[in-house]
Parts: sequence; C-alpha cells; structure tokens
Amino acid sequence: MSKFRNLISIDDLSRGDIEHILSRADEFLDVARGERKLRILEGKLLANIFFEPSTRTRMSFESAMKRLGGDVINLGSLEASSFAKGESLADALRVVEQYADCIVLRHYREGAARFASEICSIPVINAGDGAGQHPTQTLLDLYTIKKEARLDNLKIALVGDLKYSRTVHSLIKALALFNARIYLVSPDSLKLPEEMLEMDVNFVECDLKTAIEEVGVVYVTRIQKERFPDEEEYRKVAGSYRITAEMLGDSDAIIMHPLPRVDEIAYDVDGLRNAVYFRQAFYGVPVRMAILAEVLL
Amino acid sequence: MNLLTISKIRDGTVIDHIPSGKALEVLRIIGVRSGSRERVSMAMNVESSKMGRKDIVKVEGKYIGEEELNRISLIAPEATINIIENYEIVRKFKVSLPERVEGILKCPNRNCISNDPREPVLARFRVENSGGVVARCEYCGKKVYEIERYLV
Repeated sequence: MSKFRNLISIDDLSRGDIEHILSRADEFLDVARGERKLRILEGKLLANIFFEPSTRTRMSFESAMKRLGGDVINLGSLEASSFAKGESLADALRVVEQYADCIVLRHYREGAARFASEICSIPVINAGDGAGQHPTQTLLDLYTIKKEARLDNLKIALVGDLKYSRTVHSLIKALALFNARIYLVSPDSLKLPEEMLEMDVNFVECDLKTAIEEVGVVYVTRIQKERFPDEEEYRKVAGSYRITAEMLGDSDAIIMHPLPRVDEIAYDVDGLRNAVYFRQAFYGVPVRMAILAEVLL
Repeated sequence: MNLLTISKIRDGTVIDHIPSGKALEVLRIIGVRSGSRERVSMAMNVESSKMGRKDIVKVEGKYIGEEELNRISLIAPEATINIIENYEIVRKFKVSLPERVEGILKCPNRNCISNDPREPVLARFRVENSGGVVARCEYCGKKVYEIERYLV
C-alpha cells in the first residue's frame, strides 16, 4: 500500500516515511545492479521533464524505471519544444499527463514541483526546483549513509558551500529526524544561513582536520567559483577545503559527494575504502526504484 | 473631552482596535481600494484605553465575509469587528488568525513559481504565530515576516 502519491519536499516526510522508502530500496538493490530481473512497472510510462541540465538524476530515474520493466519518454531539447513558443508550465503539464503515468520534473523556479502536483492528476516527483528542494537526492544520501555507515546517532561533517547548497539544506532537515550531530566546515562567506542554525539540531562549527577526526561521514560539496568576487579569492578558499588521501590518514570516515566534483576531493582519494561517492551515485537507482514503485503501484 | 469625529453607520462593518497607522492596509486586505464604491469612513490615531492609539475603519454597503475579515489579523491581531444593522450592533467578534491565506500576499522570493506571470497560480501561505505573525509560502517555503510589505 502506497504511503504517498507525490514526492515534492523532504519536509513532507516523517522519519517513518523515510525509513519506509530506504527499506524498500533494499528490496531493489540486486535489480538495480542487473543481477535479478523484475517487471513490476511493465506497461508504465514515466515522463522526464527537465528544464535544467542533469546527468545523474535523469539517467538514474531512467535506469530505475527500465530495470523495473517500465519505459521513459523525455521532453527532449527545450529549443525544439513548445516552451520555446512561450507555453506555460501549467499547459505543458496538462498535455504531458495525457501521455504518461508519472512525471519527474526539474525546473528553475522554486515551488514548480508543488504547483505541478496540484495541476496534474498523475504523480509528480520533484527532481530539483531552482534553489529549493531535491528530495530524491536527500533520500539517496540517507540510503548511502545507512548502507556505508549508520543513520542513528550519526556524526557527520558537511564541508564546503553550506550557504547555497540545496543538497546540504535538505540533508540537514532529514538528519534532524535521526538525532545527528552535524559538524559544519565552511569558509566564512559560505556559512550555513541563520535560519537553518535555529533548527533543533546539534551543530558544531570546526575545521576540516577536526571534523575528519571526529565524524563517521564527511559530506563534501562543490564550492562554486561564481560565488566569489575574483579568482584569487576563490583559489585561496577552495584549496583549504580540499580532501586528500594524506589528510585522511587511517581515518575510517566515509567520504560522500553529490557530484559533480571539481577539485574538492583529490583523485588519490578515489582508490581508498573511504571513498563512497561513486557508490552513492549508484544508490540513486534502488532509491528511485523504491520511489517509483511507491507512487506508481 | 475627545469627541470622535466619525459618524455612525446604518448597515455595514466597523473594524476597531487596529494598530495606529494600519487602517489603509486593513482596507487593502478587505478589498477596498481606489475605484471601490463603498462608503468608507476612517479614524486614525484616536485615543484608546487599551492600545494608546488606534485606527478605526467603517465600511458601509459592502458585505464582508468572516474569512475575509479574519485576514485582517495578519496585521491587526487585536482587531474587533462590529456588524451593524439599522444602527444597532447585531454581532461583535475578535478576528482570529487564519491557517492559510491565498491571493492577498506576494511571495518575496522573485524566483518562486507563484511570481511567474505566465502561470495560472495564486500565491498561498500558511500562517503561524510564534511571537509574531509569520506567513510561509506553500510553494517555495520562503517566510514573510513583514506582512505589510508584501500585501498585493
């Protein structure tokens, strides 16, 4: 029995809902790896509507849908679509819902997915709305933590751009439900917004070295060049938040990253057992399978 | 002696105990604006034993529903409403904070879908009172602390 029809924001989910999705993802792990065939979504069609570029999210939804026997249609290039003629999102959605059983939407405006879910009579999954929410990323992050470390009473360091990263903000909201202790490591200009610090969460501000010694999970985000007034300033800051094999020493902490990385994790970390970021990208498939099964069956 | 220079109305609504200086915003919330035909009288900065100074608004010839009146509490949480019929008060009540409001506030987030002129969408907010009235956009989650600034 499905617990929800749409997936719009991590704020809509209780701890129980999250645990339900994560345990459902476990049932699909071998299917996601291609080791077992399952056709539970046979005859179902997913419409991928992406107004912004995406590789991992779009492809892992496609992989999840197809490995469960379903099929996918894509919006294609924006220039060739009716949006180039000035069609509203509302009209486009009302048309697309005639062609598919579920919509995965990425849009540049905050709140677009919520709006879509009010308009459409088929389920809508938010794959990122501007600087707003990206709940399937948060769920796959939580799943990675569950598989590679542990979720309860977790100590986790969030490193890099804590001000603008929507991934970080959503993850904090979810971790708050699991009593995590969160170590914040960021340059002054990219600190976590005041509004988030007011949340009922155990926050500790520290440097990267201390964080690596204390935590079980280090979650690294990209520091974006365009957030800095000049390149010199950017280099100075970015360099001090770069993780290398030497820094990790004999630490057991796992290193996560939503990807794409630029240079915040050195390539020499990739071969270490600490590096889980590519597996993290894989976990997107079983988690999205669980979400699709949830809203479509 | 202070005489209130505002006449009695025959049929209509009297909105009392508005914080001083907020009467014009109250009129905006209940949809009375330039071009409206109702007879409106207003007193600003009158003395009040309860509030020091207050504003009062009287609207004649317009029926205002309770839901609409409750929206006033966004900026005037202490406001009281008197419904007048034939010069008599037939009903008196205090406004209460609505759970959500639609179409009277604009989201401060310019990138919110509710601010896209192409889309058929009305900004909708969940209203909370935690030490002060705060409205939270149901689309993008942005919080509005200075309600008056974002009245439509």
